Amino acid sequence: MRKVYNKISQIVGNVITVKAPGVAYEELAEITTRRTKSLAQVIKMEGDMVSLQVFAGSRGVSINDEVRFLGHPMQVTFSDDMLGRIFDGAGNPRDKGPLLTENLIPVAGPSVNPSKRIIPRKMIRTNIPMIDVFNSLVVSQKLPIFSVSGEPYNELLARIALQAEVDMIILGGIGLKYDEYMNFKNVLEKGGALTRSIFFMNTASDPIVESLMVPDLSLAVAEKFALKGKEVLVLLTDMTNFADAMKEIAITMEQVPSNRGYPGDLYSQLAARYEKAVDFEGAGSITILAVTTMPGDDVTHPVPDNTGYITEGQFYLHNGYIDPFGSLSRLKQQVNSAEKSRKDHRAIMDGMIQLYAQYMETEEKRSMGFRMSNWDLKLLKYGGLFRNQMMDLSVNIPLEEALDRGWQILAECFTSEETRLRTELIQEFWPTNGK
Amino acid sequence: MNQNFGKIVGINGNMVSVAFDGNIMQNEVAFILHGDERLKSEVVRIGDGVSFLQVFESTKGIKIGALVEFSGELLSVQLGPGLLGQVFDGLQNPLPELAEEYGFFLPRGVSLKALDDSHKWAFTPKVEKGDTVISGIALGHVPEGIFEHAIMVPFHFQGEYTVEEIVSAGDYVLTDTLVKLKDERGNIHEISMTFNWPVKIPIEAYRDKIVPTEPLITQARIIDTFFPVAKGGTFCIPGPFGAGKTVLQHIISRYAEVDIVIVAACGERAGEVVEVLREFPELIDPRTGKSLMERTIIICNTSSMPVAAREASVYTAVTLGEYYRQMGLDVLLLADSTSRWAQAMRELSGRLEEIPGEEAFPAYLESRIAEFYERSGLVELNDGRVSSLTIGGTVSPAGGNFEEPVTQSTLKVVGAFLGLSRDRANARRFPAIHPLESWSKYKSFIPEDITNEARDVLRRGSDVNQMMMVVGEEGTSIEDFALYLKSELLDSVYLQQNAFDKVDAATDDKRQEYIFENVHKVLKTEFPFDSKDDARSFFNRLRQAFIDWNYIDMDSAQFKVQHESIEKLIEEQSGNEKSL
Ligand SMILES: Nc1ncnc2c1ncn2[C@@H]1O[C@H](COP(=O)(O)OP(=O)(O)OP(=O)(O)O)[C@@H](O)[C@H]1O
Ligand SMILES: [Mg+2]
Repeated sequence: MRKVYNKISQIVGNVITVKAPGVAYEELAEITTRRTKSLAQVIKMEGDMVSLQVFAGSRGVSINDEVRFLGHPMQVTFSDDMLGRIFDGAGNPRDKGPLLTENLIPVAGPSVNPSKRIIPRKMIRTNIPMIDVFNSLVVSQKLPIFSVSGEPYNELLARIALQAEVDMIILGGIGLKYDEYMNFKNVLEKGGALTRSIFFMNTASDPIVESLMVPDLSLAVAEKFALKGKEVLVLLTDMTNFADAMKEIAITMEQVPSNRGYPGDLYSQLAARYEKAVDFEGAGSITILAVTTMPGDDVTHPVPDNTGYITEGQFYLHNGYIDPFGSLSRLKQQVNSAEKSRKDHRAIMDGMIQLYAQYMETEEKRSMGFRMSNWDLKLLKYGGLFRNQMMDLSVNIPLEEALDRGWQILAECFTSEETRLRTELIQEFWPTNGK
Repeated sequence: MNQNFGKIVGINGNMVSVAFDGNIMQNEVAFILHGDERLKSEVVRIGDGVSFLQVFESTKGIKIGALVEFSGELLSVQLGPGLLGQVFDGLQNPLPELAEEYGFFLPRGVSLKALDDSHKWAFTPKVEKGDTVISGIALGHVPEGIFEHAIMVPFHFQGEYTVEEIVSAGDYVLTDTLVKLKDERGNIHEISMTFNWPVKIPIEAYRDKIVPTEPLITQARIIDTFFPVAKGGTFCIPGPFGAGKTVLQHIISRYAEVDIVIVAACGERAGEVVEVLREFPELIDPRTGKSLMERTIIICNTSSMPVAAREASVYTAVTLGEYYRQMGLDVLLLADSTSRWAQAMRELSGRLEEIPGEEAFPAYLESRIAEFYERSGLVELNDGRVSSLTIGGTVSPAGGNFEEPVTQSTLKVVGAFLGLSRDRANARRFPAIHPLESWSKYKSFIPEDITNEARDVLRRGSDVNQMMMVVGEEGTSIEDFALYLKSELLDSVYLQQNAFDKVDAATDDKRQEYIFENVHKVLKTEFPFDSKDDARSFFNRLRQAFIDWNYIDMDSAQFKVQHESIEKLIEEQSGNEKSL
């Protein structure tokens, strides 16, 4: 029997308190207001007094609205019928498709036993040289794109989703602008990937509390598919909005903030989501790519800072480029060795970056008006070519071609000794048509 | 048995309030009964008829009115043979066994025995009927891998005991009674191979604590030569994300010259533990010829595992460390990251609505950190032997800024500060320990006046570098420029170390002395240079020669050859002096 109460005793922020004996912690309730119905979740209980966060927000909730407890925590449907579908942050369809109610699974389940994990070993090719060559993405990796608003991070995400060799894509939109949502949809549709995608979409105009559920819904469904053998790529954008939603609830609950208003458990909350990335031995995997916008381009802001402490590296997107210096895939060593990739992979990766670093120094010297040596001029030429032919996000070539192109650029700018690359590799790979 | 029950009256995250009327104890373990599940919790505050419990599991689905069973026992770990080589969660549940039983995921509300009851151990008695013993004294031992695991008089035994009975040598299981001891009042106590110890109480069954002086060789050059760690001492490794804290700790856990290493993965990535877990069994410890796993215990409470258990995990780790120290062994505990432990305390404190201190950390943060590091130490055991527990913790300061409560509280109590720098990590200068900001209170095996000279070169070289940024190379004198190149040489061939090269990854004390003498010689030599390009090219060649040298096994013939070519390089350049 489901319990129904209609005496809300307090409404603060998006949290309501109701006298309701016999409910369970984190249980869901449905609130029916004059306008609409909304889900709410128990976040605190004291005696018979139960506090719930209202997914659709508390606006328009009146104290004698009906609160009906559902007898279970947050759940989501799971089936192949979800492919190609679009849901909201409460798990309801936001496309015209039918309501899916069968096979409900709990969200935010237990964590994977660390002793069952395996060492990551497979590269995910994206055809973006700055990723494949310099900071390879690896199956089961969790990696954020650090950026500021205005940068093309969602375009980048959509492109990776389209080109990555994965079985399916789950997109979790958190406070996403409507046109960006549409853009994702169009890109995936045009690329023929929509039928292997599932969207959980909370847009900027949707209730903010609802966005809190998006990562959990996305990851719960991803986990089930992964256990059934699917290689799943989960995209979460923008996790800073997720953190901000948590901040709002924490302040409403009068929790003592730790850092710039964010709750003290921000790290644990983010980690609980990111750590869902996994490679199940004998089954599928979850790889997480997220967007973390940095307020004020400040990487020490609590959200990027805590994220960096959790994820396995990060891509910095600056001025439309993936920055070769701040960006780091901490798992790349697992997949770019001579055995797992082409044998010149690591040499090209290190060599080209070192030369690019020298180019940056020269660029600085030039801007300060110092004299340019012959070597400086070579570096300047190299910097330009590297930018246009490698870093530019419109470059779309497979790893091998990118490595070949790397040699081509080097040969166009330097003598082989100047590159300091190993003789053995030079003999095998140095282009003969270079000068 | 006098069972004590209470009822849940409030739930807020992993904190529950429980009405009770019996006698309960601060920090005692209680279980929330939820269907078949028993959710382990710890009493953290007692009020008038209501107590607060932190729950070591998710509280999802728990209801007001749920029954709580108080155990009357403090949160404890099981001690005994069989701990080495194991992988436990923060509450000492063996993770591989959990996986065997429950598969991919960590189920809620189950616990498994830490040690195997059925395993037979070959016991050799060491005392005889009539002997007098006190706590911590070995009554016998069993072989545990490469060690003789002492079966000791439990540490809570006070006063003198007489051995009444002891079994003869043979195979026994953990719980068999091996010895009967009679206390001063004539009561008999049965001793088996195992007993429990409350994790938050230090094990102090030793005569004395001694000041640590002997260096603990980590085989990381920058540490051993410049910022050494002492056996029984403490150190911390603060640094922003990605600066190399975990990699550095992994290196130390492999190469440190100690008997036993306890790795406490506290609130960090599960993936990082997996590397240790999968690689250590394959790696041979050159000191013992056995797999590294045989000297290692992993306590693993990673970031998505329950937060309260994370708080407990560092205590579990340090208790196991103290236990092996009692056997006369040198133990090293590495905790990554103590900030996650501090955050667990902060979450708990917030839910208890305590008055927050800086950045919402509880006011007792500093004393908890101090208490933790105080459990390290060099001790003289009750049988006169000396053994040690060394503790090193990483710190993950918010925003990479060391002016924050956890770093600052830690710096007050540790003996060495190995501060990692974002700039050095970005420049791929690993290990990214900042050579000018770090410090150690311990002595290196290399005389201080020599290391001080090297430090001085680093400092002055860095000043020159700063100046050059403003005035350019043109505006710098050739002497200053050479000084700068010397500091760069010291940095790149000695301070930096390639963790991925078989030889360079670990440099023992003998080799450090040898190499350092040669580097020091370069620092002390005046080289005449015709031009800055001349200087740069010389130091480039010298650097390459030293780096090549670092990659050569000290026992190989090649080592000497390379040394000679380095000396030749130096002589040629400094000999130029005469021709000028
Ligand atoms: N000694 C080293 N040699 C080579 N590379 C290193 C070394 N130390 C760190 N790195 C590089 O830096 C990356 C990050 O190192 P690590 O994981 O140890 O950082 P961390 O300080 O523990 O970061 P976090 O606080 O996020 O856990 C590694 O993945 C590796 O690429
Ligand atoms: Mg780390």
